[in-house]
Amino acid sequence: MERFSRLLDDLYFTNSTKAKEAILASYLRDTPDPDRGWALAAIAGTLSFDLFKRNLTKTMMAERMDPFLFDMSRDYVGELSETVALAWRSSPEAKKLNRLPSLTEVITEFRSRDKASIKDYLIDLLDNMSPSQRWALLKLGTRGLRIGMSARSVKRTLANMKGVELEVIEELWHGLEPPYENLFAWIDGDADIPDMSKVLTYSPVMLAHPIEEKDFARITPRTHQAEWKYDGIRVQLAALNGEAKLFSRKGDDISHSFPDLLSEVDFEGVIDGELLVKTDGEIGRFNDLQQRLNKKKPSAKLMAQLPAHLMAYDIISKDGVSLRGSALSERRDHLTDLIDGRRSERFSISEILTFETVDNLAALREEAAQTGGLIEGLMIKDKSSTYVAGRPKHAWYKWKRDPFLLDAVLMYAQRGHGKRSSFYSDYTFGLWSEDGALLPIGKAYFGFTDKEMKEIDKWIRANKLKRFGPVQEVKKELVFEVAFDSAHESARHKSGYALRFPRIHRIRWDKPADEADRLEAVAALINA
Amino acid sequence: MNASTPKTASHKIAQSHESFTSEVERWMEVRAEGLYCKPANCYIDPHDAVERAIITHGHGDHARSGHGEVFGTPETLAIMETRYYLTEETARTPLPYNQRHDLGSGVTLWFAPAGHILGSAQAVLEFDGRRVVISGDFKRHPDPTCVPFEVVPCDVFITEATFALPVFKHPPLEDEIGKLIRSMALMPERSHMVGVYALGKCQRVMLALREAGYAHPFYLHGALKRLTELYESLGFDFGEWVLISDIPAKERDVLRGRIVLCPPGALADRWSRKIPDPLPTMASGWMQIRARARQRRAEMALIVSDHADWDDLIETALATGAPDVWITHGRVEALEYALRARGVRAKALNLIGRDEEND
Repeated sequence: MERFSRLLDDLYFTNSTKAKEAILASYLRDTPDPDRGWALAAIAGTLSFDLFKRNLTKTMMAERMDPFLFDMSRDYVGELSETVALAWRSSPEAKKLNRLPSLTEVITEFRSRDKASIKDYLIDLLDNMSPSQRWALLKLGTRGLRIGMSARSVKRTLANMKGVELEVIEELWHGLEPPYENLFAWIDGDADIPDMSKVLTYSPVMLAHPIEEKDFARITPRTHQAEWKYDGIRVQLAALNGEAKLFSRKGDDISHSFPDLLSEVDFEGVIDGELLVKTDGEIGRFNDLQQRLNKKKPSAKLMAQLPAHLMAYDIISKDGVSLRGSALSERRDHLTDLIDGRRSERFSISEILTFETVDNLAALREEAAQTGGLIEGLMIKDKSSTYVAGRPKHAWYKWKRDPFLLDAVLMYAQRGHGKRSSFYSDYTFGLWSEDGALLPIGKAYFGFTDKEMKEIDKWIRANKLKRFGPVQEVKKELVFEVAFDSAHESARHKSGYALRFPRIHRIRWDKPADEADRLEAVAALINA
Repeated sequence: MNASTPKTASHKIAQSHESFTSEVERWMEVRAEGLYCKPANCYIDPHDAVERAIITHGHGDHARSGHGEVFGTPETLAIMETRYYLTEETARTPLPYNQRHDLGSGVTLWFAPAGHILGSAQAVLEFDGRRVVISGDFKRHPDPTCVPFEVVPCDVFITEATFALPVFKHPPLEDEIGKLIRSMALMPERSHMVGVYALGKCQRVMLALREAGYAHPFYLHGALKRLTELYESLGFDFGEWVLISDIPAKERDVLRGRIVLCPPGALADRWSRKIPDPLPTMASGWMQIRARARQRRAEMALIVSDHADWDDLIETALATGAPDVWITHGRVEALEYALRARGVRAKALNLIGRDEEND
């Protein structure tokens, strides 16, 4: 545990990505199996179990520390684990350990214990640790490590250790499991590269860059194709030997939520597409999809009501042959072969839009804006581009429609966390209803500068009304111009609507509150 | 902006919404300018220029310029002089620790050591058979640059609360200095650039490094020069130190594996570009909180504080035996709560104008 804790501290406090990778590589080289594999899993976020529940940490603190002081501390520190790590005081009757167990011992011990004795073990460890070590243990135990190292950077470290391209690791990665002994055996030169051909796994996806003014000069109908950018979630469907799985863009396996889609797969291959809900030929709203996303075991009724649909964009492999190295135009042919001849209504292929000029594209984008959020904008792809994991330059562009804007009135404010713990920085705002009442429509805590936050904070302090616990009601006088990606109906909100990805676009110090927007404006957006 | 809070709020302690009946409230009050002793017509650490001011120590959020008459320890007055807070017109009364002085109207002032920085003092005011101790900023941990804190029994103890949360437990100075020494051995190619406040922290870190056996010269940013020289004129010996600006660009490699001291702001400033392979390190009590250290872009965080930590704040307030404790600034609510739980009549004064970051 000492080495692991030191590793996390070193990574946490190092700024440069390169230096972080060097630190991690040297740890992985000098640490034996399986410790190094568990550390790798903790940092890359691939541990599949909690050692203990976050709630346990909370109850333990409640038994040991005044709740008021604990809450104040946590508000200040901004984070539970660090608060506990710092505020923990060893009890006088603490059991003295001669040495701290290794990382592997800690993991094995926690996993072999029942609920009651997990707590005893956790207390023994915390009692014998320094604040830094306690922090490492708590972060490890609840899988909340944030040391500023991306999964990609972890993979790059491994690639550099072995002297191979990042792609090689990317393609292995999702088929491997902690503590990664086969991976390290290969890196150390003691074994062959792990064989993934028989493993049904997620493979890394290709992403787009937001288009910039200078990029338009490159775009012609001969070299590029345009498609709609649908507002669902990006997924990867992988099928092999009669089995099929659905992965999110981050590689999470979400198959369990979409049996209706997977049961109709009758091909072998890996398809890149957008997961949507489609009822009677009509694409549903993101809100509909959301109801499916959160269900671990969807009921037959829900599946009939909101059937899952895959809008196929691209194909990564077919019948066991990788197509990553083929040009988009060629992959598109393969995709058409696979999807178009299919009876199932569950699959469709993303339409290629006709255009001659950039002005045509702009008109298409405008069309997307009129769909009330069903279509987020345009994708513009180089037909000659191969399928490269990550975000290669000048291969795929996305051209989103402009966000929607509404003038809303600030109603309630809450303090933030950490650096913002002494500022009101969470804002709930509302729109006017027909009968002149202000109804909350959303909440935002970014989009403004630090300077603006201080000004808003000052305004709030001078315009307080009632207080509801941490929530401060204010005079209904300050107008925010709020930007958001889409709006949908919501039974949970009093206003009947919810906004997607709302942020403060501008502060309208000049605008009288009664000139702010009305709820009808949202209704109009949805029914567009 | 179409609305704003009033800039300052002047109110009497006795009028604050939860009022306690301490006799002292008849002659001590909070005004817009700061804490005020009525019969002596004298402010303590006022943040605006006033006629008569008692200054507990030389940090900029306590000592200001423009006062008519100033009371302070001789060291504090010397610091104020160096920082141009005093002019020829300023009347000054230097009072060594424990020397009593009649402020008139029956008020007596004397200073007791506060252990915060060189010359830092608790201002002790006695009037009408009562004693008030205004502790200013203080700490209980050892510091080779100043006289240790002394507990003065009193009726009202006025305390800071900069680090008043149970998460603040300052480690021993030697441990933190040890981190720095080990890092220099481990990474001899990197210049260890330590961000320190010019007054107090800089000199404390230098002396502690000498005690830990660091024998090379210190390399100083120009902003640390004048106060370090002042300390030397008062008898402190930091060994050899060199101004970075005196080192020709070609010879800056001498900084590798050595200690470079600069103000915190310079760590991420253009200035730091001239330092070869710098390892930005921040020495401050805030470094206990990881996110704070990251905000400073520090790659090493040394928890070195010149303020009392949570346990020390509580123990000190209790040790004075004061039935009333008034809290000036910092994490006021937490300390107020913890002291009340221990049977002390504690309350917040909400003094404005104290600089949070200055530790």
